[in-house]
Amino acid sequence: MNRRHPGLNLGEAHDSANDDAEKEVFGFWVFMMSDAILFGLLFATYVVLQGNLNGGPGPAELFEMPSVLIQTVLLLTSSLTAGLAQLAMKHELGTRRIVLWLLISLGLGLAFLTMEMRDFLTMTSKGGVPQASGFLSAFFALVPLHGLHVAATCLWLLALLGQIARYGTDDATKTAMLRLGILWHFLDVVWIGIFTIVYVGGLA
Amino acid sequence: MNRRQERRSYIVGYVLALALTLPVFALLAFDLLPRRQILWIAGVAAAVQIAVHFRFFLHIRLKGQTREDLQLILFTTLLLILMGGGTIWIMTNLAHRM
Amino acid sequence: MSDILLGRLDASALPWHELAIAKTGLEVISGIVGLTAALLAVLGALLVAAALTWWRLWGPLWRDWLTSLDHKKIGIMYVVLAFVMLARAVSEAGVMRLQQALGLGGGGIVTPDHFGQLFSTHGTIMIFFVAMPFITGLINYVMPLQIGARDVSFPLLNSVSLGLTAAGAALMMVSLVLQPFSTGGWSGYPPFTEAAFNPGAGPDYWIWAVTLSSLGSTLTGINFTVTLYKERCEGMHLMRMPMFCWTSLCTAILMIFAMPPLTVATGLLALDRYLGFHIFTNDGGGNMMMFANLFWLFGHPEVYILILPAFGVWNEVFSTFSGKGLFGYRALVMATMCIAILSFTVWVHHFFTMGQSADLNAIFGIATMAIGIPTGVKIYDWMLTMYKGRVRISVPMVYGIGFLFLFVLGGTTGVILANPSIDYQVHNTLFLVAHFHNMVIPGTLFGMIAGYTLWFPKAFGFRLNDRWGYRAAGLWIAGFLLAFFPLYILGLMGMPRRMVAYFEGAWLPWTLIALTGGALIGLALLCLAVQLTVSLRDRAALAVPVGDPWDGRSLEWALPAPVPAWNFPVLPVVEGRDSFMELKKNGDHLDRPRDGFADILLPRPSMVGPVIGAAGLVAGFALTWHIWWLTVLTLAVIVGAMVARGFVRDTEYTVPAAEVEARWNAWRALADASPRIRRRDEQRPANRGHAFPAAQEGEA
Repeated sequence: MNRRHPGLNLGEAHDSANDDAEKEVFGFWVFMMSDAILFGLLFATYVVLQGNLNGGPGPAELFEMPSVLIQTVLLLTSSLTAGLAQLAMKHELGTRRIVLWLLISLGLGLAFLTMEMRDFLTMTSKGGVPQASGFLSAFFALVPLHGLHVAATCLWLLALLGQIARYGTDDATKTAMLRLGILWHFLDVVWIGIFTIVYVGGLA
Repeated sequence: MNRRQERRSYIVGYVLALALTLPVFALLAFDLLPRRQILWIAGVAAAVQIAVHFRFFLHIRLKGQTREDLQLILFTTLLLILMGGGTIWIMTNLAHRM
Repeated sequence: MSDILLGRLDASALPWHELAIAKTGLEVISGIVGLTAALLAVLGALLVAAALTWWRLWGPLWRDWLTSLDHKKIGIMYVVLAFVMLARAVSEAGVMRLQQALGLGGGGIVTPDHFGQLFSTHGTIMIFFVAMPFITGLINYVMPLQIGARDVSFPLLNSVSLGLTAAGAALMMVSLVLQPFSTGGWSGYPPFTEAAFNPGAGPDYWIWAVTLSSLGSTLTGINFTVTLYKERCEGMHLMRMPMFCWTSLCTAILMIFAMPPLTVATGLLALDRYLGFHIFTNDGGGNMMMFANLFWLFGHPEVYILILPAFGVWNEVFSTFSGKGLFGYRALVMATMCIAILSFTVWVHHFFTMGQSADLNAIFGIATMAIGIPTGVKIYDWMLTMYKGRVRISVPMVYGIGFLFLFVLGGTTGVILANPSIDYQVHNTLFLVAHFHNMVIPGTLFGMIAGYTLWFPKAFGFRLNDRWGYRAAGLWIAGFLLAFFPLYILGLMGMPRRMVAYFEGAWLPWTLIALTGGALIGLALLCLAVQLTVSLRDRAALAVPVGDPWDGRSLEWALPAPVPAWNFPVLPVVEGRDSFMELKKNGDHLDRPRDGFADILLPRPSMVGPVIGAAGLVAGFALTWHIWWLTVLTLAVIVGAMVARGFVRDTEYTVPAAEVEARWNAWRALADASPRIRRRDEQRPANRGHAFPAAQEGEA
């Protein structure tokens, strides 16, 4: 099978959308790679500043691993459901099915954000504010940026649902869903980095 | 690839991702190993898991993939190593001399 | 004190504030200089607005230009932006040269604070709002034509990029009126730029202007890369692309990967300044050295972003005006790629003196010297391209020859600086200032002006006046030599950069010579303005409507000048490198489409680009002055514009086949009526853009 671009390929049956997708998804993938550098440097900043506690609270006092575990499972599951939404689109299983999977992904994304916000609030209540130390500044520069990406993706998903309501699954919504799927999976990959470097690395 | 195979690819990816994540949490939660060793294991698991995501969710293959996609990923990886690794190297070197 | 409505914007930001609180004579003069600059900016804006109103051009400006998604128009707007900003930054350089010439024993015409703003705006503008828009503009105009494409891959994104870049530039202009700007230099190092030392608006202007530009450039890089990968016409393999496209591709890739470090650096600095983070602060567990590291992770690839497109222009100039194909095409491609990759491995040479170990410095020093190798390959290839060619000393060639000599000299000083132990001696002196101006002026700026001269007839249908072109070129070269070679000597004599006053008499003669050079560069800029005016006046005599005034080799010269909105009537098929030259040798041209003409779909104009640009400008301004309600409002406008655009489906319009055919027929008739001219008539009115291949003149 010829893969014309990263992420799910629509295949010949989708004709013009498949053609549009080649450059649109490739362009979006290039953007993801640029974003990967952005995150990579924030990871490096975190590693450099991680030891600078400045007398403030450290990872052991602040990080709550059960909550991080739940967030991880939420994100991973949402990646699966976002993938199933794309499959439903590719195999034309009907708009209802697509919308259903999208709504589930959206719900999981929002649940992740809620958990993350709760974590941040717990941290600040323990004195873990970004102003307290280099470690916390680097943490709050990196992790909420990922959260902001998830929030933006949720907003995009809402806009996409609006487009589907208005136009159904036309070429534009199809390629938009492919790009959205890539972003969703990419944010998962970033989360793996956060989980490993920030949380496990912080506690090690 | 037909519909069922494709769906199975996502599910396999999901199961593998969980299988690579949950044990690390378990190791941490029950303090089964020294923290330093857990970090190494987590690092390897993360690298494998990223590969799993690329393979099963983003459908990147070594064969049959458009060439520029692969080149781009490899180039980005190279730059991440150069930039991230370089940064950590330089800043650690500085910290040692201060 | 912060006001709900105006944030921290108050009367002290007004341009006459410095004058109003002046106590000494120097402060009065400095205040007058600042006020004059602000008045010039306001007056210029008002004059443009008045002219637009008088000739009723607001409508056409909006419909045909600002909202246009045509890559050619967007390219032209980028270049116009670059020239406007160039005028300001050169004027600032003039004031700085004057200050250093008068600064012996204190005194001069500006206060230290004002001087700090001058070198900060000069550097920021020259890099982000002259060089970047200029290269982006040229690539935008030329590259899609050279690869036989209808447009770039994402025309709307192109317009958004232009909007963001223009917003950054506009923010710089606003900072001239509602002061002050940063005094932290173009690289804005903390902790000096942290809130603890610089609580005012200055560094914030810098942060947001640079961030806007960097976002715009990232998006541009993505757009160009995808265009070059996915929009090449049939037969245009990568190894058949004109060299300018190769350098564009490498530049675009550098933009994608080198802009994020800058965004990270300015973003983290903003977090420090706005929310009290401790990333780069010298207390609270921050690490200020991290900024230098991040900034130069961007900064070094950036200089190759600036130079590679200029190298691309030189390839076109040397081969076109030597009447020969490029020597060593493969070697040039390889050299370009080597430079692009090596550019990511040398960033430490910007801070050898920061305190890391000698081994680490040595590794980066060697990597830096290694870049000299592929660059040397290029220089030899260009010389060998001219060898045994039929060289015409046209205006771009004058710049080109000046470039060859001066760039090699500048490169040599670069290799000297790459040695860490020498760098320790001349670090932060004028030697460094001389070095990078020696690379950027003869390299990038000459390249851009040569490219402007080369492709101007393609864009507007008439050539630029040669006499004024030669004058400008001569003045640029002489002015550069006089302005910057003394700085090498001053640097070796120990004069630090960015110095407002000094007490060493031996420096004076050299600062005076540099001032003379600065004056010549001012005249050179004036000559370019006169050239444009004179050429506009004489455009009938200079017209080259057939489209090939220089006996060009690549596809863009196969089209009429100016190029129609749809570029090619049907997408061309090429069979080799220098495809247009091959056609011409048989007395041929791009054929009439075999299967007849067809309707063409083009992107419909959109207001999304200008709206996001305007909102970006206001957001930057509001953030600078802590006007929170306006920040939220403008960010909402940006998000709203993006969401709304997602609902637009009718994004293209159709050009009927009949119209395309009519234009094509008229152009061919014109070409048949215009004689093919030889190269000796290139600069005469006989040149209507129908060329006889130089290589065949001997045979005929």
